[in-house]
Amino acid sequence: MLLGISLILFLVMHLAPGDPASIKYGLNPEVSGSARAVFREMYDLDKPVMTQYALWLKRIVTFDFGRSMVDDQSVILKIGSRLPATILLQVVSLFVIFSIAVPIGIISAIRRNSLFDKVCTILVFVGYAMPTFWLALLLILFFGVKLQWLPVSGMSPWYTDYLDFFGKSKDLLWHLVLPVTATAFGGLASLSRYSRSSMIEVMRENYVLTARAKGLTERRVVLVHILRNALLPIVTIMGLTLPALISGSFIFETIFAWPGMGRLGYESIMNYDYPVVMGVGVIASFLTLLGIFISDILYAVVDPRIRLEGKR
Amino acid sequence: MNKRIIFGTSIIILMAVVAIFAPKIATYDPLEMDLSPEARLQGPSVEHFFGTDNLGRDVFSRMVYGTRISLSVGFIAVFISLVIGILLGGLSGYYGGWVDNTIMRLVEVMYCFPTFFLIMMVITFLGPSIINVMVVIGLTSWAGLCRLVRAEFLSLRERDFVYSAKVQGVPDRRLIFRHILPNAMAPVYVSATLSVGGAILVESALSFLGLGVQIPTASWGNILTAGKIYIDYAWWLTLFPGLAILFTVLSFNLIGEGLREKLDPKLRERK
Repeated sequence: MLLGISLILFLVMHLAPGDPASIKYGLNPEVSGSARAVFREMYDLDKPVMTQYALWLKRIVTFDFGRSMVDDQSVILKIGSRLPATILLQVVSLFVIFSIAVPIGIISAIRRNSLFDKVCTILVFVGYAMPTFWLALLLILFFGVKLQWLPVSGMSPWYTDYLDFFGKSKDLLWHLVLPVTATAFGGLASLSRYSRSSMIEVMRENYVLTARAKGLTERRVVLVHILRNALLPIVTIMGLTLPALISGSFIFETIFAWPGMGRLGYESIMNYDYPVVMGVGVIASFLTLLGIFISDILYAVVDPRIRLEGKR
Repeated sequence: MNKRIIFGTSIIILMAVVAIFAPKIATYDPLEMDLSPEARLQGPSVEHFFGTDNLGRDVFSRMVYGTRISLSVGFIAVFISLVIGILLGGLSGYYGGWVDNTIMRLVEVMYCFPTFFLIMMVITFLGPSIINVMVVIGLTSWAGLCRLVRAEFLSLRERDFVYSAKVQGVPDRRLIFRHILPNAMAPVYVSATLSVGGAILVESALSFLGLGVQIPTASWGNILTAGKIYIDYAWWLTLFPGLAILFTVLSFNLIGEGLREKLDPKLRERK
C-alpha cells in the first residue's frame, strides 16, 4: 500500500520538469556548473528515476528520509518537530466532530421531520457546499479582526516562555479554537448525516420493535438497541474522514500559520525540496492508513460478529 | 419535479448565462487597474457593486469572469474522471479476476492518498495553469466513480439480458458499452453531479493558495487570496467570492441529491 503511494509520489515528482539544483542556484551566477553537478550527485539526481527510487526505498527501510535540500536538516527531525502540532489538531478536531455530529444525528433521527431535523438538514447542505478555507477566512474576519476575541495564527504568543504550565495550556486551547472549528466543519456535516440515516435504518429493524414490545423504556431502546447497531457504519466513516482531515491540514495550517506538518509540506513543495516532500507524503499516507487500521479495530470492538468470524 | 432540482438547476442556469455573456454583464474590464489611492480597496457602492480590490479592479466584473473558470473547471475535471472511472470500473466489474484485482488495488491507493497533497505537488511541479488544474483534479478523483460502476457491473453482468446477448455472440466491447453501461448510469449521474461541486471547491482552494488560476486572470479562489491579505480592511473581498462558491456548489449538490431521490427506487418507496 505505502509502496504504491510512495512510487506515485516519486514518479510525479521526478518526471515533472523543474530541477531543484537550478531552483536553488538558478539566480546565482557565482555558482558554477560543476557545483551544480556536485549538488545533483549528492542527492542522486544524476541517476535514472527508477534507480533513484530504489536508492530512496533502501534508505527508507531504515527510517532514513535523507536531508532537506534547503537547510540540510534531517527530514525525519524536521517532520518530527512538526508532527505533534498536526496530530494535536487532528485528534481534537476528530473528537469535536464526533461529540457534536453523533448526538445531532441521533436527535434528528428520533424527531424526524421536526423543526430541529429540518434546520439540521439545511445546515448539512450548506456544510457540504462550504468552501472550508473560506469559512476559515470568515472566522478570522469575525473573531480575530472585528471582535478581536481569538488569536488567528500560530500556536503560542511571543511571551509564551514566561508562562507557567497552566498558562501555556490555556493559551494553547485558545489558539486551537479557530483552526479546530475550521477543520471540523466539513466532517461535521457528513458525519451527522450518516449517523442520522444509519439510525433511521436501524429503527426499522424488527428487533427494535421487539424491544419496544417488551416494554423497555424509550431511553434504553434508543441508547442500547438502536445506537449500538447504528454505530457500525459511523465507525467506518471515521476511517474515511481522516484522509479529508489530512488533506485539509495542508490548507488550514497554511491559513492559520499552524506550525504543523501540513504547512511544512506546503513550504517544501514551494521550495522543490524533494526529500521533505517525499517524507511528508509518506508520513501523511501512513497516518491515513493508521486511522483506517484503528477504525477497523474499533469496528471489531463494536461489532461482535466480526470478532467471531475471525475466530472461526 | 423535485424542489431541490428546480432550485439547483435555476441557479446553475443563471451561472451559466453569466459565464457565457460575461463581457456583456461585467460592468468594467476585469483586468483594468486603477492604482490611484482613492480607487483602491473601495467598499461596495453603486459604481462598484462588490467594491474594488487592492489594484483598483472591479470585484464584481472579476467575479463574473471567474464564473467561467469555476464552471469549466468543474465540468471538464468531472468529465475526465468520468471517462477514467467508467472505463476502469467497467473493465474491473465485467472481467473480474486479475484485471479486477489490479484495478481495485489502484483504487485503494487513490483512496488512502492525501489527494490534496498530490494535487498541490503536481500543480507546483508542472506549473500552475487552468488546464493543469482541470486535468489533475480529474486524474485524482475517479476512484469513487470507479467503485460505483464496478458494483453496478457486478450485479448487471449476471442478468438474463446480458447472458442472452452473450449467447447471440455480441462482442465484449459492444456488450459493455451498449448493453450494460446504459443500465449502470443512474448512480453515475448522481455521483458526477455531486463531484462537479467538489471539483469547484478544490479549484478554488488551489487558486486561493496561488496554485490554481494565475493572476491577472480572475477566479473566485484568487480573489480570496487578496481577501486574506487585506482582511483587516476589505471584508468585501472575502465575502462575495466565498458566497458565489458556496451557492454554486450548493446548487450542484442539491441537483445531485434530488436526482438520487428520483432515481433510487428504495428512497422513493419510503416517502
